[in-house]
Amino acid sequence: MSYCKQEGKDQIIFVTKEDHEAPSNAELVEDDPNDPYEDHGLILPNGDINWNCPCLGGMASGPCGQQFKDAFSCFHNSKEEVKGSECIDFFRGMQECMQKYPELYPQEDDNESAPSGEAEAEAVLPADSTSSDSVSASVPTSEEVASGTESPATS
Amino acid sequence: MFKCKAAWNKLAPLARASSTLCRQAGKRAVLRHERTPQFVQPAHMSSGPSGGGGENTLYFVLVGATCLAGGAYAYSTLVGDRERYQQRITEIESRSSKPAAEPSTPAKTQPETAASEPASAAASPAVEPTHAPYLLIGGGTASFAAARSIRARDPGARVLIVTEEDDLPYMRPPLSKELWFSDDPTVTETLRFKQWNGKERSIYFQPPSFYVSPTELESVENGGVAVLTGRKVMHMDVRGNKVKLSDGTEISYDKCLIATGGIPRNLQVIERAGDEVMKRTTLFRKIEDFKALEKVSRELKSITIIGGGFLGSELACALGRRSADLGLEVVQMFPEKGNMGKVLPEYLSNWTTDKVKKEGVKVLTEAVVKNVTYKEGKVEIKLKDGRVVKTDHVVAAVGLEPSVELAKSAGLEIDSDFGGFRVNAELQARSNIWVAGDAACFYDIKLGRRRVEHHDHAVVSGRLAGENMTGARKPYWHQSMFWSDLGPDVGYEAIGIVDSSLPTVGVFAKATAKDTPKAATEQSGTGIRSESETEAVAGSVAVGKAAPTPPPQQKEDYGKGVIFYLRDKVVVGIVLWNVFNRMPIARKIIKDGEEHADLNEVAKLFNIHEE
Repeated sequence: MSYCKQEGKDQIIFVTKEDHEAPSNAELVEDDPNDPYEDHGLILPNGDINWNCPCLGGMASGPCGQQFKDAFSCFHNSKEEVKGSECIDFFRGMQECMQKYPELYPQEDDNESAPSGEAEAEAVLPADSTSSDSVSASVPTSEEVASGTESPATS
Repeated sequence: MFKCKAAWNKLAPLARASSTLCRQAGKRAVLRHERTPQFVQPAHMSSGPSGGGGENTLYFVLVGATCLAGGAYAYSTLVGDRERYQQRITEIESRSSKPAAEPSTPAKTQPETAASEPASAAASPAVEPTHAPYLLIGGGTASFAAARSIRARDPGARVLIVTEEDDLPYMRPPLSKELWFSDDPTVTETLRFKQWNGKERSIYFQPPSFYVSPTELESVENGGVAVLTGRKVMHMDVRGNKVKLSDGTEISYDKCLIATGGIPRNLQVIERAGDEVMKRTTLFRKIEDFKALEKVSRELKSITIIGGGFLGSELACALGRRSADLGLEVVQMFPEKGNMGKVLPEYLSNWTTDKVKKEGVKVLTEAVVKNVTYKEGKVEIKLKDGRVVKTDHVVAAVGLEPSVELAKSAGLEIDSDFGGFRVNAELQARSNIWVAGDAACFYDIKLGRRRVEHHDHAVVSGRLAGENMTGARKPYWHQSMFWSDLGPDVGYEAIGIVDSSLPTVGVFAKATAKDTPKAATEQSGTGIRSESETEAVAGSVAVGKAAPTPPPQQKEDYGKGVIFYLRDKVVVGIVLWNVFNRMPIARKIIKDGEEHADLNEVAKLFNIHEE
């Protein structure tokens, strides 16, 4: 049984689990998926890749950013049966670049570069969503800051 | 090329000398070998030519050592030469007005030197860029976020960050939280901290190898981000699109971001109190302040924190936790009635104050400082109501003064209500000048004009400014959030206008052990909460039996809940109290800006009883 009290201008309500079991009747405004102001997830409404997506961490902005963009664009646009099979050269270029910066792109055993590209793609598949909140991208482990809010991240 | 020729000229005599030496050594060894009977040791040598015994090994060792020594000498000569060359070039440059076409080879041939520099990059070598397509003034969170945004959107962009600090861009929240909880005794040097999920990271956004050297910025193939440290921008010429630095250098720009942040405020009574008191006062903001305070906490016996807001309370809790081990007395005093008095409604502020006290802090509420003196080896703080506190060291956490000195020379508007540079909804001050972070007083379409001093806002606004600098023309729309932890049991996330003077509606459930900041981050696998939304959130775990509602007479336990802040019946701010990973819903409610008749119904959306 919930109860409520007032302390001056502040109202306090205590609720039990049962009180909150009934679905809410609060109305929320419907979101416009093409809202130009909104932050978008990995894929923009026009189908392009959002290189500024927090989910990419700093992959597109670091020293190997250009190589990453080339590789991932190729992968994204690939219409082959084995997606990205024609992009091997780009991925190799990216990997070569990343090897030059081991501090930024730690080479772990269960690796990064190429598979992380694939992982991004998997995240992309369900992506009709434009809200960055709902994109569950598996964040590449390469760079230290793996999330766009630039807060201490899990790599 | 001159470089190579010069290098060869230096090396040639050396090469001749060393080869002579090698030949002589070789001869001697060989001669020895021939004279002595061959002990054909069928020793299998994995490297080097086949056959031979000990004598060959000695020969190779000698040759190897000589070559190594020769190589080392050549290296040091080359480095010295390069430095002298650089200096000569600078001299020539400063005479002519044209920028030198700086060959990138000297920088590239010595990659080890760059890599071996400590994380706090020293001031760059003599020759600096004189033009930057993207110039970012200030080297903090907003600036770094903008740099990243620009690089993501403009391929090959050349971004120059100019900062008066000696450090590369780093994040501030751990300076008053995680770094204090570290078990590592070298934490003040490494500045690394362990997140709740066990993963370690540095407070620096990126290691030095991420950045290009300022001298290479104009020439490096795919562009990059360069940081010019230890330099302050003193003067800004908006008509001429250029700035002047503290060392006299001028840099022109195409687009400029001002992200100068602010400096901690001080109390007038302390400023008037004289040197002895000032020497024992910390205005906490930067890495060096953290290092100094950490040292103080180990060496002195009593620290007093003046200020009851975010920084003051977090530092009080951090120091309070150490107080038992260090034999340190931690006092916190502020004019409000409770911790976070300007943020949380009174009942919650009081509850929080009790928690802070449990962390080992002596909290003095409703404390207004009358004067501060240095007496008999102690700092004596006299309060207006007569109370006196004697302490060894003072930390003043009484707010931030936005750094707007450039407004004068640049002719930019300063906001009289909130302070900071006045910018529009797209963070623009002028057509090619943007402002982001603590120093920006911007127009928020949903919540009105404001200035926000939080980490996530610096990231969001920095990122937005970067987008707009590359042509996006988007207004501030994605609402930033903030968070605070007061010990391991009390943590909250908040969004929007969270001002305790507004009427509030709080909806609470009883907290279980699962509802703590530690548990939250462990579950979502993130180190800091502002990013838990962009990570895949673990499935919700059903809570056990709901606790029976406490009868009204007993003391309330505000374990977890949601607090709505209202302005004209519209929710403009939300605090998620010990309830985590729900920020997207909160953000949506603020964005809608609707009048809700029953906020309890809105609170249901948060599922506060579940994990």
